[in-house]
Amino acid sequence: MTDVAQRVVAIAATVGLIILILELVRRKRLMERYALLWLFCSTVLLILAAWRGLLSTISFDIGIHYPPALLFAAAFGLELLLLLHFSLAVSSLTDQNKVLAQRMAILQRRLDEQAHQLAALSSGPPEENLAENSESELRTKLSRTG
Amino acid sequence: MHLSRQLAIVPAHNEAGAITATVAEINRWASDFDVVVVDDGSTDATAELAAVAGAKVLKLPFNLGIGGAMQTGYVYAYENGYEVAVQVDGDGQHDARDIPTLLAYMREHTEIDMVVGSRFLTVDDEGYRSSVSRRAGIVIFARLLSLITRQRITDPTSGFRMTNRLGIKLFARDYPHDYPEVEAILLMHGHRLRSREIPVRMRPRTSGVSTIASTQPVYYMLKVLLAVFVGLFRSHSTVEPGDTPIRAEAAI
Repeated sequence: MTDVAQRVVAIAATVGLIILILELVRRKRLMERYALLWLFCSTVLLILAAWRGLLSTISFDIGIHYPPALLFAAAFGLELLLLLHFSLAVSSLTDQNKVLAQRMAILQRRLDEQAHQLAALSSGPPEENLAENSESELRTKLSRTG
Repeated sequence: MHLSRQLAIVPAHNEAGAITATVAEINRWASDFDVVVVDDGSTDATAELAAVAGAKVLKLPFNLGIGGAMQTGYVYAYENGYEVAVQVDGDGQHDARDIPTLLAYMREHTEIDMVVGSRFLTVDDEGYRSSVSRRAGIVIFARLLSLITRQRITDPTSGFRMTNRLGIKLFARDYPHDYPEVEAILLMHGHRLRSREIPVRMRPRTSGVSTIASTQPVYYMLKVLLAVFVGLFRSHSTVEPGDTPIRAEAAI
């Protein structure tokens, strides 16, 4: 009896997980590329949970005498894979983020230079005055803030 | 605006107390160098003070860490056609009077791609004082790198370095993320570029906080050891003309 209850709980949990993932994809909260891995993991777990004979056959074959333990082991292994996948994703995002920030700083510099040259061309005060002004302004600002 | 073929890259994170003097000293002792200050997401007036002191400023939108900031300078050097780039810390630790020494060495030994200013090769016995644990870390990395590169390396964590166009190109394309100094030497070696150490003076830092002191030295050691170990098993390619400097370049 408890055996049946265990399977019902396991099946309900995995089915719930699959529905949650599909719903997140439907609402565009989760990208398909990440959803696929989750769906794969939960499907494997669902098969193991539902197919009583398979779970016990595999577990006895590899020397696990308590079939639900295999379910836990499989779930843990799959989650580890998912976590590794996320670490990879974070690493690549960090790298892309770095390149973007560097590119932005260099473009900003180029833009400022061009704006400066334009201002100098269209008859503004000489550059030295601008620099002096900003310096004295900065000094007063700094002295005010202490 | 004068055209210079040499660039001093000064990464700075909250160095308002020292940046003005650092830029002024480079302008004074190495006046044939353009100075670019890479402001690594400072929350103080570092960027403004650097601009007032006469440096070109690259302002990163947020803190990337020393590796990412330094690489920004190399990308800038690469894209603006600089022939020589020297790294100078924003905290005033590096003595700008040694920049001409490094440059003279590079001019004299054209086969060398990178010159590293070493604190531990000084002839006068003044030396450079630092904590025992840091000294131990430096010795371990020095031994390890000497073994791998088959040449004597005494100061693997020195950030006072000058590279030629090949080095600029390599570092613009690929530079280690955090604590980059040790890995950069390995990177150079992997790409068959030659580096050499020459003695320099270094001063105790005048302001700011060291990136190494503020974070756990254990993490530093493990991270760099992992990078060195994994780096040994990485297949390297030499820098080829026409290679894209960074990956995002293709998208522009």
